[in-house]
Amino acid sequence: MEYVRSIEHKDVVHRCFRCGYCKFPSDYLDFNCPSYKVFGWDTYSPAGRLWLIRAWLSGEIETSDRFAEILYSCSACGSCEENCPFPRFSNSLLKVFEEVKTELVNHGRIPPTVRDYFKAISTSGNPYKLPREDRAKWAEGTGLERYSGQEFLLYAGCVASFDEVGQRMAGSVGKLLSAAGISVGILAEAEPCDGSEVKALGEAELFRQLAQENIEDFKRRGIKRIIAMDPHAYDAFKNHYPELGGSFQVFHYTEILARLVKEGRIRPRRLDARVTYHDPCYLGRHNKIYEAPRRTLRAIEGLELVEMRRHRENSFCCGGGGGNFFTDILGKGEQRPGNIRIREAFATGASILAVACPICAKMLKDASKDEEGLGKLEILDVAETVARAL
Amino acid sequence: MGHRDEAGSLISAQEDPMLALRHDPDTCKECPSPRCLLDCQYMDMKEEDAREEILRLTRGEDSRVLEECMTCYGCEEYCPYGNHPFFLICEMREKKGMYVAPRPITNQWINMTQMQGKALVGTVKDVALSSCLLPSLGTMASGEIFAGLSSSIVFGAEFMCPAVHTHFAKMSVVKERLPIVLGNFQKLGVRELICLHDECYGTFTSLARAYGMEVPFEPVYYMDFLLRRLEELQEKLRPLEVEVVYQRPCSNRWIPQKHAVVKRLFDILGARLLERTYQDENSLCCGGILRLIGGYRLSDDVQRRNIEDMARTGAEYCVFDCPACQETLGPKVAKAGLKPIHMIDLCKMALGEIPKGEV
Amino acid sequence: MGDILDSLREIVGERWVSNRPEELWYYSRDPGVLEPHRPDYVVAPQTPEQIQRIVQLAARERVPVVPMGNAMALTGLVIPLRGGVVVDMKRMNRILEVNERARYAVVEGGTSQGVLKAHLQEHYPHLRHSLPDAPAGTTIAANVALHGQGRLTQQYGFNSEMVCGLEVVLPTGEICRVGSPSLGPHWFSRGPALPDLSGLFLGWLGTTGIITKVGLRLYPNKRFREVEIFVTDIPELVPEVIYRLTHLEMLEDITVWFQPKPLMFKDNYHVTIYFTGDSEEEIEFKRKMVWDALQEFMDSKDGGFMGVDPLKPRMLEMPQRSVAEFADVPRGGGFEYSGPITLVEHFPIYAQKLVELAGKYDLLYAGTARVISGGHAMMFAISFAFNRADRAMMERVKSAMDEATEFALQMGSIPWKPNFMEQRMILQKIDPVTRELIQRVRKLLDPNGIMNPGNWEVD
Repeated sequence: MEYVRSIEHKDVVHRCFRCGYCKFPSDYLDFNCPSYKVFGWDTYSPAGRLWLIRAWLSGEIETSDRFAEILYSCSACGSCEENCPFPRFSNSLLKVFEEVKTELVNHGRIPPTVRDYFKAISTSGNPYKLPREDRAKWAEGTGLERYSGQEFLLYAGCVASFDEVGQRMAGSVGKLLSAAGISVGILAEAEPCDGSEVKALGEAELFRQLAQENIEDFKRRGIKRIIAMDPHAYDAFKNHYPELGGSFQVFHYTEILARLVKEGRIRPRRLDARVTYHDPCYLGRHNKIYEAPRRTLRAIEGLELVEMRRHRENSFCCGGGGGNFFTDILGKGEQRPGNIRIREAFATGASILAVACPICAKMLKDASKDEEGLGKLEILDVAETVARAL
Repeated sequence: MGHRDEAGSLISAQEDPMLALRHDPDTCKECPSPRCLLDCQYMDMKEEDAREEILRLTRGEDSRVLEECMTCYGCEEYCPYGNHPFFLICEMREKKGMYVAPRPITNQWINMTQMQGKALVGTVKDVALSSCLLPSLGTMASGEIFAGLSSSIVFGAEFMCPAVHTHFAKMSVVKERLPIVLGNFQKLGVRELICLHDECYGTFTSLARAYGMEVPFEPVYYMDFLLRRLEELQEKLRPLEVEVVYQRPCSNRWIPQKHAVVKRLFDILGARLLERTYQDENSLCCGGILRLIGGYRLSDDVQRRNIEDMARTGAEYCVFDCPACQETLGPKVAKAGLKPIHMIDLCKMALGEIPKGEV
Repeated sequence: MGDILDSLREIVGERWVSNRPEELWYYSRDPGVLEPHRPDYVVAPQTPEQIQRIVQLAARERVPVVPMGNAMALTGLVIPLRGGVVVDMKRMNRILEVNERARYAVVEGGTSQGVLKAHLQEHYPHLRHSLPDAPAGTTIAANVALHGQGRLTQQYGFNSEMVCGLEVVLPTGEICRVGSPSLGPHWFSRGPALPDLSGLFLGWLGTTGIITKVGLRLYPNKRFREVEIFVTDIPELVPEVIYRLTHLEMLEDITVWFQPKPLMFKDNYHVTIYFTGDSEEEIEFKRKMVWDALQEFMDSKDGGFMGVDPLKPRMLEMPQRSVAEFADVPRGGGFEYSGPITLVEHFPIYAQKLVELAGKYDLLYAGTARVISGGHAMMFAISFAFNRADRAMMERVKSAMDEATEFALQMGSIPWKPNFMEQRMILQKIDPVTRELIQRVRKLLDPNGIMNPGNWEVD
């Protein structure tokens, strides 16, 4: 062992009982932990990770590629924290995993795709290594203006800015908000990376740097209220920026949409469709926002909202979190979480699967192509669904 | 804690002359008609027998009362002379080593309410809100009515009125713990204590007085406080225009003079209190602790009669004063078609803080 | 050894075999107090045929095979005492069949309790199975294989008695059907009216084969489920209380528990009585029968029913997650229990013993007993919590458990799911003819001595 291994939450690690509740949703229907579901070894379950971390901290096992893979296969979906029966430490599980990843980062023992991700963020400010100038392409035709002191900043995030599916979603959100007449602006090419996935992947130092830069920039521009499209960005701004000096009032776009619909500033008319809604992990379990998107959908006449068997706190992760959208470690498994989730959506008989996160949108869209034989299912975000009804 | 005799040994709370019940046996001897026993809802007695039984009690002899009393606290109210017949029954039972509820249940309650250093104290200056050992009270103490006060909550066994043990014939536990509780309030510097529960208010007034204990603060009955605040918030008040029935808790029998405040509150809230059989002095126990003492038959019968009586009025709400009554009866009144609600929540409803019709 | 790895890869596919340090470390231990032992390989098969080939390979190469569910027996039964191949059954997680009218289900060898519960809840809400309070990830096959108990044990016996057919891979590599499935497609009997071969596989702790399919009886699921808790402070009364309650023949589960903390439970013995019904009338009738049965104790003030409303949600949860919470009481993630099966009348003696052991070894204890088939026996669990970071505490728990087992044997009780040392104690005490028969059966079924070696062995 090269050095003394230690993490902040090390006192929690030995308390895991390996009971396995972390693998399941509350009704035990099927395994709800994406890495356990796709890899099948107990070592890839949250309990397995915790026990291995205990062994690793004490030097009983060495750092290895597999150990790193086990750590990085976690999509940070939070289902384990939700179902762990030990209330005194159940909300520290993801923190422990993140802290261990930071140790791996600090000692360079990370999978190559993770390393590539950090490099891209550092050099290009986005994981796609695409030019910053292209960042605002999604906003063309939305009517959105650059931020110059408006009430809200609308923040898109890297995926919504550069990924095709994400861009479509961002465009429809932007159009709706702009048309509703709220005072909102975007940073366009100047929009930075929020750093949420950097943090989830363990690059604590890079995250701190990014966040502090962003906080200073936002403050300088006088930004006080942020509408985030991506729940990961929402989570970062709301829960992790404050301790670094950035207190902003943060909303997810579905919260704003719900309010606008309630106030009659957006009036969806009719959409005859059976729709099911996928709770994104970072909006639902992590931040307890379950109702706002549903309220919006229910306000549309003719729309029949049905729930997948696993919904709200039991939602099954699309597999994109924990940096997996970019590192694709979960893709090495036997089944992809996205495919499992799409099949669940098909089982409801819905023709539209509504999402509220650009990562979910892309993961599920890709998966739906694999499962085309099961029928017709459109992946639309909540804003796109509302737009259909206008 | 406690006093020592001349030899230096601790005197048990039961025998401590400093904590003797201020009961006057002559008053009972001269009492023209022992309403305490004649009005009792659980014992059937002729006048001559009642006279005989009360005298037996004052003389410390065996009496059927000691077997049959169901601890509804009614006689504390019925006695026109404030001679504390229920406290006397309690003392006598304990003296004779009698159990009311089964012994393991009695001990469970004593253990459950043991002080363990886990009390929660908010920011308390000279006014405090007592949540006793009932967490729902503290939760309800929020909103406009309690503006500026809701963080001054105290909660925990260290601040709990130990009155409940009178249901279990353990006045000694009351006498042992109450001085400690009073001392804890004193240590906090509490000058005024808003008692969110009748039992607390009754303990710090009626019971403390009955045992000559000095109370180092001014107890305030929460309904008086509600009345005052609603008058202050007149502009925001929207009369509810609802019909209600009221579940009077047993502990209100220790402070019957406060029962009148209920009607005044309903008036200011715009709630029409519907008349029924089991109201005022004829109120019925919620059946919670009664079940432990008198069994399911008695408890079910009492509950059935009470709820049928409520349902007959056609009222929309059943208003509760005590969280224990509400927990026991709430689901059952809901099944009978009434909406259970606490008085504090009803006030909040009139101020628009709780949507009408929501429970 | 490299050949074995290749062979295993060929059988299950490369991704389902591991000899990486991470898997070897994790699968060498369970959350109990026993020492770990490293396997050489871990495999996660998906079909009985794959298991068959694994066993055939192991028999050829004389390599031990250790089947494993979720490793929550806590007595080290899945720890590979002599190395070899650990077979993680949990990939075989399907529900193969539910016969509604005959009320049985057929599941795979790794199907978890939770998945069966969820399936029935969704598709057959009027059927239930005997769910244990072990975490939902534990497997049905493991539970029956070690004579586990569940919510319906008071009515219908050990969960193993609810088996109505088996498919087993024998240590010599054949796939064997046991019970009615050996004669046809129906799974209504594990033995009768044939020679009951299920006895060759239930209770043998993985030493006579690997269960790949379990037929499990299902029972009516009523609309309402209620609970009352009768409390007494005299442990000697508990057997009589149980006798009267079981005489009613109308209750679901009866458990008795006692523990020093939280304070409200101190010095009392709590008899938790579950009953079900399809109407309020049925429920209230049963409630009254329960109260009346125990009226005498209430009259003498020796016992009474406590207020259950605040505890109800936890008590009615299935499985009861709070059972696992005991592990974190010393903030250390562990507990271990010994749960001998014995006569109900032994309750007060066991209760006394538990308190004595807790005092002697300075441990946090909880005592629980579950009534089995109407009071013919009970399982008395002597449970101690430990802090995994405190080696000394773990040692004390081990010693306390050993003493508990010695005591159980003295009382003529049967230690339940014994660890390998307790198995030896049993074999030393057991009738020599019985011991001889046990060894003969093992030799007959497992001539190569590959199945979970170290278990049910005298030397």
